Amino acid sequence: MSHEPDLLYSDTEDALRDAVRSLLTDRAGHQTVLDRIETGDPYPAGLWSALAAGIGAAGLLVPEKLGGQGASHREAAVVLEELGRAVTPAPYLTGAVVATETLLALGATDGPAAALLAELAAGERTAVLAVPFTTAPGTPFEATGPVRAVADAQAADVLLVPRPDGLYAVPAAEAAVTPLTPLDLTRPLAVVDASAAPGTLLAGPEEARAAVRRGLLAGAGLLASEQLGLAEWCLEETVRHTRERYQFNRPVGSFQALKHRMAQLWLDVVGARAAARAAADALATGAADAELTVAVAQAYCSGVAVRAAEECVQLHGGIGMTWEHPAHLALKRAKADQLALGSAGHHQDVIAALTDLPAPA
Amino acid sequence: MTDAAELRQRTRDLLAEHPPATTDRLDFLRARFDAGLAWVHYPVGLGGLDAPRALQAVVDAELTAAGAPGNDPRRIGIGLGMAAPTLLAYGSDEVKARFLRPLWTGEEVWCQLFSEPGAGSDLAALGTRAVRDDATGDWTVDGQKVWTSSAHTARWAILIARTDPDLPKHRGITYFVCDMTDPGVEVRPLRQITGEAEFNEVFLTGVRIPDAHRLGETGDGWRVAQTTLMNERVSIGGARIPREGGMIGKAAAVWRDRPELRTHALHRRLLDLWVDAEVARFTGERLRQQLVAGQPGPEGSAMKLAFARLNQAISGLEVELLADDGLLYDDWTMRRPELVDFTGREAGYRYLRSKGNSIEGGTSEVLLNIVAERVLGLPPEPRNDKDVPWKDLAR
Repeated sequence: MSHEPDLLYSDTEDALRDAVRSLLTDRAGHQTVLDRIETGDPYPAGLWSALAAGIGAAGLLVPEKLGGQGASHREAAVVLEELGRAVTPAPYLTGAVVATETLLALGATDGPAAALLAELAAGERTAVLAVPFTTAPGTPFEATGPVRAVADAQAADVLLVPRPDGLYAVPAAEAAVTPLTPLDLTRPLAVVDASAAPGTLLAGPEEARAAVRRGLLAGAGLLASEQLGLAEWCLEETVRHTRERYQFNRPVGSFQALKHRMAQLWLDVVGARAAARAAADALATGAADAELTVAVAQAYCSGVAVRAAEECVQLHGGIGMTWEHPAHLALKRAKADQLALGSAGHHQDVIAALTDLPAPA
Repeated sequence: MTDAAELRQRTRDLLAEHPPATTDRLDFLRARFDAGLAWVHYPVGLGGLDAPRALQAVVDAELTAAGAPGNDPRRIGIGLGMAAPTLLAYGSDEVKARFLRPLWTGEEVWCQLFSEPGAGSDLAALGTRAVRDDATGDWTVDGQKVWTSSAHTARWAILIARTDPDLPKHRGITYFVCDMTDPGVEVRPLRQITGEAEFNEVFLTGVRIPDAHRLGETGDGWRVAQTTLMNERVSIGGARIPREGGMIGKAAAVWRDRPELRTHALHRRLLDLWVDAEVARFTGERLRQQLVAGQPGPEGSAMKLAFARLNQAISGLEVELLADDGLLYDDWTMRRPELVDFTGREAGYRYLRSKGNSIEGGTSEVLLNIVAERVLGLPPEPRNDKDVPWKDLAR
């Protein structure tokens, strides 16, 4: 229990960050994203294969003997910081984290789960877990009909479907995937109805529940890093803008009322970084308090991302309200992320239970 | 050239020559200073060995294991954290040799005569005057200082005073070591909202200071003071804190012990603050790891701001949670405590004392300005005081 998390970034993690950032700058700049989000296919062309297979980011959580990179949640967290900064449409959190961790939790070294895992790790196929994006770790969920608000289902080749009798892999082509109009256009949502497709049984109900829980826990923990990256970008852009924008014959960033808001945001980002790193490290090391640390990171970082995006819009003034400026991409992503994988209130309830701070009887 | 193994050996030699069990506390501390094991990053002959600062942990571990006495750093924090680095950077050889050893052993307590009734956040506007006697070169000081902790126990003070009122405020200041036993020094306790007096007002009337006790050039005191103030920030937030280690642990304990006090509204606020406290703990731990890895960041300012807000919010919540007991106060008796524990005493005291956390050592408002300008690179507010002679400033 006296686990001391490593809260810094290693040189390897810094190098991975550079590689991902430079890829996203080339292939998925804000203009590219803005140009695509209303086409029904927001994923920038060629980006996923370059990220998943080229950089090897899809297999970071997967051990080498199962065809992955044998890295950890710490590295995947760095990828997510960058995807959050750029508000990139990519099935990374849903596929390379939640679905991949769910399969890993089954512990299979051969058979269909292991085969699928190897394909996911190589970036050859993509899977998502067919649960609503709001599902928190530990919340029971079983598909008995159409499932609402499944994230990135349009990008998936395979759907992992939790059913009362176990976890199934269903080819996406055999299921009905009906796109919804999402608040966050960079993360497509769909109604998924796999009831007519039998699929392949991967695990029985007990094992499936534990695996889904672990998948969602990893997702919630690493979502904090996406939120951190997003908040950091919002702060940087806001600082840049208010230094350059002149009103009343001075940069608006020289007004104390604005400076204090940005300084406060910086404090929030500093906290978010520590919390997100703690969660990633706890997941990577299998720390005994991982569940608590993930809940803390989620309870904290989801609010920071929303605050940062809202401040970004406000402190940009009129331009922050335009479709042309990317601030709205961040705002919509942050607001949707606030609901994803359990709300802050849900994670606080988890903390209350884990730390013996119960609600009134 | 000094590595961990050598330091360990030197420490063991010290312990062998001066066994803590049979050596007087002060004798041991003096011997430790003379062996260069007081603060290993200080120069040889001044309590150190010119070793990397991080290696102090090696020495401390050996000494703790042997049950050696310490110098009670909390009692002499101003000397260690503020006066010593400034003496080291600006003192003459004689000054360093005279002051550093008794400062470190705690034989001589130091205090800081910086803030004035008219110079708080705007410290550079200070008006305490130091006038030089052309015949002797020595100085005579007149003025008033405030918020001076340890003034009633201090032997020496670091002092900044105005030596040229015709220059703009930052340029006419000089930095001195002041003798607190001078007959012109009068110390009066300053009672605060908690009922006690941690701090003092210090009245300086015709206080004599030899020119040898000037640190840095005449008129260069503001720059010298930056050394002091920078070290103040560095000394905050070094230790690792366990989960629920601070103020939040007090509120959580009441919540657990007294179910009859629980309400839904307070539950949500408690959890909000529990999360914030845990994140602040991670932030402090991350800062500590950065320092150990030799990558100091600006997060120190973040810690002070976060703890001020948290301490105030948590202690306020605790008073409300206590209901009837929240109406009570443990003791209003005027005292002059030598040590202050923000998490000590009862909730009412903590609530009142923590109000100072966002004022002392730089107000939260000034710290936010510093973060905005120095960390984020935002432009400063336009200023109309930088090029005006001090004597012409509005006051």
